[in-house]
Amino acid sequence: MKETIILSVDTQCYHCGDSLPHTPFSSGDKQFCCAGCKSVYLILSSHRLTNYYTYNAVPGATQKKTETHFDYLDEPGIAADLIDYTDDQTTVITLFIPAIHCSSCIWLLENLYKINPGISNSRIDFPKKQVSITFKNQLISLRGTAELLTSVGYEPLISLQDMVKKQQSDHSERNLVTKIAVAGFCFSNVMMLSFPEYFGFSAFEKNFQTFFNWINLALAVPVMLYSARDYFISAWTNLRNGVLNLDFPLALGIAVMFLRSAAEIVSHTGSGFIDTLCSLVFFILIGKWMQHRTYHYLSFERDYRSYFPVAVTCIKEGKEQSVPLNELKTGQRILIRSNEIIPADAILLKGEAKLDFSFVTGESQPVEKVLGEVIYAGGRQLMGAIELEVVKAVSQSYLTKLWNNETFVGKKDPIQTFSHTVSKYFSIGLLLVATAAGLFWINTDINRAVASFTAVLIIACPCALALSSPFTLAAVLSVFDKNKFYLKSTAVIEELARIDTIVFDKTGTITNPAANGFQFTGTLSTPEKQLVSDLARNSGHPLSRELVKWLNLDAVYPVDEYREMVGRGISGIVNGHQLKIGSAAFLGISIVHKGSVVHVLADNHYCGYFVSEQRWRPGFKELALKLGQDNDLHLLSGDQDHDRELLTPFFSRMQQLHFKQSPQDKLDYILALQNKGARVMMLGDGLNDAGALRQSNLGIAVTDDINNFSPGCDGILDGTAFEKLPQFIRQAKDAVKVIRMSFVISILYNMAGLFFAVQGLLSPLIAAILMPLSTVTIILFTTLAARFYAGKNNLS
Amino acid sequence: MNIIYLLLGLSIVIAVLFLTAFFWANKSGQNDDLYTPSVRMLFDDEPKQPGKEQSDEDHIQT
Repeated sequence: MKETIILSVDTQCYHCGDSLPHTPFSSGDKQFCCAGCKSVYLILSSHRLTNYYTYNAVPGATQKKTETHFDYLDEPGIAADLIDYTDDQTTVITLFIPAIHCSSCIWLLENLYKINPGISNSRIDFPKKQVSITFKNQLISLRGTAELLTSVGYEPLISLQDMVKKQQSDHSERNLVTKIAVAGFCFSNVMMLSFPEYFGFSAFEKNFQTFFNWINLALAVPVMLYSARDYFISAWTNLRNGVLNLDFPLALGIAVMFLRSAAEIVSHTGSGFIDTLCSLVFFILIGKWMQHRTYHYLSFERDYRSYFPVAVTCIKEGKEQSVPLNELKTGQRILIRSNEIIPADAILLKGEAKLDFSFVTGESQPVEKVLGEVIYAGGRQLMGAIELEVVKAVSQSYLTKLWNNETFVGKKDPIQTFSHTVSKYFSIGLLLVATAAGLFWINTDINRAVASFTAVLIIACPCALALSSPFTLAAVLSVFDKNKFYLKSTAVIEELARIDTIVFDKTGTITNPAANGFQFTGTLSTPEKQLVSDLARNSGHPLSRELVKWLNLDAVYPVDEYREMVGRGISGIVNGHQLKIGSAAFLGISIVHKGSVVHVLADNHYCGYFVSEQRWRPGFKELALKLGQDNDLHLLSGDQDHDRELLTPFFSRMQQLHFKQSPQDKLDYILALQNKGARVMMLGDGLNDAGALRQSNLGIAVTDDINNFSPGCDGILDGTAFEKLPQFIRQAKDAVKVIRMSFVISILYNMAGLFFAVQGLLSPLIAAILMPLSTVTIILFTTLAARFYAGKNNLS
Repeated sequence: MNIIYLLLGLSIVIAVLFLTAFFWANKSGQNDDLYTPSVRMLFDDEPKQPGKEQSDEDHIQT
């Protein structure tokens, strides 16, 4: 273990672990891949915080990214929306930091006060990747805090939507835990007091019996009024809407149990079913907790607001000023720096615009715009700073209009779950049996009629049934989680099992944005390849980095007179050769070629050009084959159709490949499929898929970094797990099978109980044994069966 | 046997005390993050003498 660390230090950046360039940045005996990593190290070492590097080897994240501006945090209006609490002295703010990933992160961020005395306290919530910082207003500003975090490599992610979200309290889980605690407390005490009852009282203990019963009854009150309250509310609201869900028989069972027990205890005729009542509520609440438990803190409700910046720089009378995005008006002049996103439809006034619209339209080639042209919102500027005039408000622009569509206004129909479907018939059947039993005895013995009627409602209370879905699905959810497939809720698994049509987006979904390939046209000798690789290694441009990766050569020669023209090309002298690579204009040659092309000029001799090609995600071919057996496959791409021929072998029917699709086209296409009766799963990644993801029965966002933006969806699939998709679908189908089997088991238990109940012979003891026994059986069966199928489907 | 009334009362009172303690802990957010404290407690204390190197014997891998 130790040896590997020592070995790796020689070839890896001490901070982030990336491979070192030919001339690494160094400080003492430590070597770094870039100036960013080195500066983080220098800050930490000057504050004696190098322990950061001892808890984990290479704990840092790469610092090669371009810097972000936090000027807008100085605007009081924006800051007020972000902070949790402020007074004259101190301010508390909670920030989301995607880079948090290991124990070193926790250690460093909780020692921030050593770097800047203005920070009085910082606390990490690791699972949520949040840090809560308290700082002194006199010593440091909010902007200063954000810049401090960025300077040590932990840039906070601040977006409009997360600001809105913060205002909603998330105390529902805390409340549920309190309800479980109350139910558990009452359950255990009631069990203790009910035990003597099970063994029978001798004559002199009879007065204790009454006393115990009264305490039991008192303990049942909080369970009824507090813990089980939601079931009564839910059953009642559903009943009023004419729906019979599983909460109805549950609520009915609980209510009848309480009333009959109260009647028996008050009239001294028996001791009731308080023990069963408390255990029932306790167990179903645990089931509910399992169902709502979050293993991950991902947002599934994102829209354009979290993709766009919080504020934009406006130019007013020659002065730059940050303006919150929602206050941006038409006619305002805005400044967009390199790598920033255009937030509203605007006219280009000044500067050179080359925009990457891949996230918005699916088109992978950058688009160049000339002065006076309208630029649609959502593009990312690749060249230097530009100035624009806003022509449409943010919410009215071409891209954001999609969210005004009716699909987004209404609520998505809830997913039909198995237990929901079953509960309707179950409730009716239960009422029929109870009434029949009551009517059967009514002429002979009125007491026995009441006893059997209530006993049926009590014993058939679908506790085991209510637990089978949550426990199975929660187990499957955690299996999916481990395999990097994150779902919004347990119900999504049942929907996944029903899918028969799968629609893919192209760019970023089935192509892997990180692994581009290149094709070279012309002649390039091996030594020349080496020169190109060494030159490109110095550049931070994505195309250069991909080229270096693709050439896969070790760094050999240093580069002199290195020059980089942003967005155009790079030049330098490598091993005595003058080398220029980049666009045709940069090289001063007149060759026109469509697509991402890198021309090579060595010693004024034109060698040829590299064309960047997208590659399919690994395993896509097998995946398309496997999924194509049971499902209808479609492709919707916003891109031009130059990949049509490459894709044809994967899709059985040519006419199901569609190119040049606008976001609205995609949505309409899904709708048309659904009108033909298909159950559609949509896989997409960009904002242009947002409508289709929302409209489809199951929208899955594919992403290569789950902390990055992904559009609103039902599930997020990590790019590395893409090839496991058929296994996930198989597992979902097996999960539904498990739920059905456990349903049969719980019905069998109910039958056994009903045998006593209809005769009016149900004793509290039988109920107290049968109920927990069925519950434990179901919990064991579902958990084990779900794991068994996970193993069978190769999902460890 | 009348002592049972007292014992029962006491046992419930004590149990209620624990329940209240749990309520307080839950309400103050102690159950919100169950992971970070487990890592935090393993960090070494600061070296007493300034400049003294920390041993890197105990790596904590997460």
